[in-house]
Amino acid sequence: MVMKIDRDNSRFKEIVKGKIRQNLRKYVTHGEMIGRKGKDLVSIPLPQLDVPHFRYGQNGKGGVGQGEGEVGQPIAPGGDGEPGQGQAGSDEGQHVLEVDVSLEELAEILGQELKLPRIEPKGKANIEDDKVRYTSVRKVGPESLRHFRRTYVQALKRQLSEGSYRPNDPRVIPYKDDRRYRSWQTVSEPVANAVILYIMDVSGSMTDDQKEIVRTEAFWIDTWLRSQYTGIERRYIIHDAAAKEVDEETFYHTRESGGTRISTAYKVALSLIKEKFDPTQWNIYAFQFSDGDNWGEDNRQSLAMLKDELLPICNLFCYGQVESPYGSGEYIRVLEEAFGSEHEQLVLSEIANKEAIYESIKTFLGKGK
Amino acid sequence: MPALHRFRSLTEELIEIQRQMEGHARAYGLDFFPTIFEVVDADQLNAVAAYGGFPTRYPHWRFGMEYEQLQKGYSYGLQKIYELVINNDPCYAYLLGSNGITDHKLVMAHVYGHCDFFKNNAWFAKTNRRMIDDMANHGNRIRNYMDRFGVEEVENFIDCCLSVEDLIDIYSPHIKRRDDKPPPVRHDEDDDDAADPTSPTRYQSKGYLDHYVNPRKAMDAERAELKKELERKENFPSEPMRDVTLFVLENAPLKNWQADVLSIIREEAYYFAPQGQTKIMNEGWATYWHSTIMTKHAMEAKDLICYADHCSGTLAGSRTRLNPYKLGVELYRDIEDRWNRGAFGEDFDNCDDWQEQQHWNTKAGLGREKIFEVRRVHNDLTFIDEFLTLDFCRRHKLFSFGYQQESGYYEIESREFPNVKQRLLYNLTNMGRPIIYVTDGNYKNRGELLLEHRFSGAELQQNYAQDTLTSLYKLWKRPVHIETKLEGATVLWSFDGKSHTSSEDKKKA
Repeated sequence: MVMKIDRDNSRFKEIVKGKIRQNLRKYVTHGEMIGRKGKDLVSIPLPQLDVPHFRYGQNGKGGVGQGEGEVGQPIAPGGDGEPGQGQAGSDEGQHVLEVDVSLEELAEILGQELKLPRIEPKGKANIEDDKVRYTSVRKVGPESLRHFRRTYVQALKRQLSEGSYRPNDPRVIPYKDDRRYRSWQTVSEPVANAVILYIMDVSGSMTDDQKEIVRTEAFWIDTWLRSQYTGIERRYIIHDAAAKEVDEETFYHTRESGGTRISTAYKVALSLIKEKFDPTQWNIYAFQFSDGDNWGEDNRQSLAMLKDELLPICNLFCYGQVESPYGSGEYIRVLEEAFGSEHEQLVLSEIANKEAIYESIKTFLGKGK
Repeated sequence: MPALHRFRSLTEELIEIQRQMEGHARAYGLDFFPTIFEVVDADQLNAVAAYGGFPTRYPHWRFGMEYEQLQKGYSYGLQKIYELVINNDPCYAYLLGSNGITDHKLVMAHVYGHCDFFKNNAWFAKTNRRMIDDMANHGNRIRNYMDRFGVEEVENFIDCCLSVEDLIDIYSPHIKRRDDKPPPVRHDEDDDDAADPTSPTRYQSKGYLDHYVNPRKAMDAERAELKKELERKENFPSEPMRDVTLFVLENAPLKNWQADVLSIIREEAYYFAPQGQTKIMNEGWATYWHSTIMTKHAMEAKDLICYADHCSGTLAGSRTRLNPYKLGVELYRDIEDRWNRGAFGEDFDNCDDWQEQQHWNTKAGLGREKIFEVRRVHNDLTFIDEFLTLDFCRRHKLFSFGYQQESGYYEIESREFPNVKQRLLYNLTNMGRPIIYVTDGNYKNRGELLLEHRFSGAELQQNYAQDTLTSLYKLWKRPVHIETKLEGATVLWSFDGKSHTSSEDKKKA
């Protein structure tokens, strides 16, 4: 039965998306939804999606309850979860509305709001891979694929319609015509694989605040790139004076105290690509975050590696410089001097604080690479 | 009678249960319109509930939101709707298909309680008993407007209407407020005094008798009276008007379709108002009857556990929320008991001996009769006012609570009977909403709209008030104002289509 409610429900969801759109900058800036991430859904708290009425403020709220307790004893926290009087048709208390939005929808909203161009995958975007899916049932096939349940159901149906089924002697014997077999279909899927390399400076000058910014920005980058590719791999590299590949958890929670050599991270990135992600098969995205502090003499080597080895194979190489009270903030100038501020593959962005994340994402992804 | 929405028809077993329950209900003297039960699944029940019981209602996003919340609550196991009844002739009731037989029995008995209440309670006397048809008709009209003027346009307009839907006069169906008669003519056309409408009636007399025939005092009083009346006539509306929605409907520059939409919203608000006014009484009454019928007649041994489980759920008390089922049914039982014992009236009230009052019993046996009378004439406000006693309040451990600014918590304020009762009555007044009147539809002689909040101790929430003014402006299309009180001082909040201002701001500036 098609219910009228479906139409109103989808209208409601449309309005919710509009609200998310309006508040997107806030959501992007505050990392609040990252922690709430399920597999494919995020739960977003939306304030007050209701029709406004004249109503009493806090000092008019209160009511009558039932049970034990002394005068002056607190019974419920104030704020949003207000207790309704729950009677007389008054409102059932205001809820903060939690809506579930799929990451796909979120990416779509992000894309529209930031006016992000769709990405043109490079190289073998049109390679198709054949996959076999067992989705249907046929009357013929090899015995090894016989669908036992369907076969017996079919036999039972036939016996019932023939009148040959006797409940007190419930024997079901399949004939040849009753037999059913699983069957497959070949589905071809385009393969456009991408790998995201996250590189971060974890030397002492990168504090938790800086890492929170990186984490938030990375969430949105992930969300967007995922919506553009069917398969996404992610790799994490941390470095101080030396670099290593780590898992996501370690990536965000390591703090070292040594000096900084960016070239070591580039080296790890390159060997990783060489081993696992053939640039002719993979779209490669690199995001490097640092507070801009590098050991002076390392700059020359870093720039050379970037220019000769990394940039030619990456779709995009993004450098985000997170402002830190400790770092020198020089590296971005070095890059600018070497490559200019407009470069096809290299995108630079300075992220002063959380509020700057929004624009930074736009800078990074706005090229449609 | 054909099924309304072509949901599933009842099984033989349910038909038999319905026959029995209806029989029990009638035997107790319950009196109701024919009642049609339909079996639905949880999705359908949630959808129907989201529409306030009317699956054919007009389309609007908030029903979708309501449904989303019900669905989530249901799938997480937080809440479950057992039953839903519509006040209509015939009454329609929905049963949840996945319920067990015990629940079906209980729910049907409960439903007959509601149906009796709808038919007999005075506050429902003026409700539309053909609302099912009218709701469908409203739905069609609004869908039609959506086709012609666009879904967004119409839905946005509905949003504005809903902002003022509760600004109605819930007593007006019972009281004739407006004088349809033309004002009486007081003076002849050729009377010299006609030029001055405030000149009092003067009787002919000889000069020396004049101050006896036309005494100065009486003349002055009449003059003042006439002057006042004249001022009142010049006011627009002549007297403050509580049905703000009607005032807007009649006087705002609305297009025909807009006026029609607003009138639909208003009509539905009036239809639902008595349900808001009698929640405690209605649920209490239905609970009283399902428990009476179940425990005295319908329950078999196998039903016991399920029945007890269900009852403990519906009657659970809470410290932050007064359960209307519980409060209602306990009050009816208390009244029945008191009237059975004759524990009421002058003799009883004048008795100073608490012990004696406790054991008072004249064997009056009037309990059943009394509760039928109570369900006929009262609404929640008068019900509580009349029958909530000190004794009841203590027995049921009632207390009042309020928000404490310092702690940010709701705290128990008092267990004193007068305080508890006052708080409860306060929350029931105007269904817990502020009381608001239109005082001037031509404010400052500029066609602006002035509302007045009749302050009774609680302040309005400013951000909500501002949003409401924004909606109101979209209807009135001229600046709108509301006068209220803030920290003891009178303030005027205004919206002129661009910005919100407060008379407070002007003082500071």
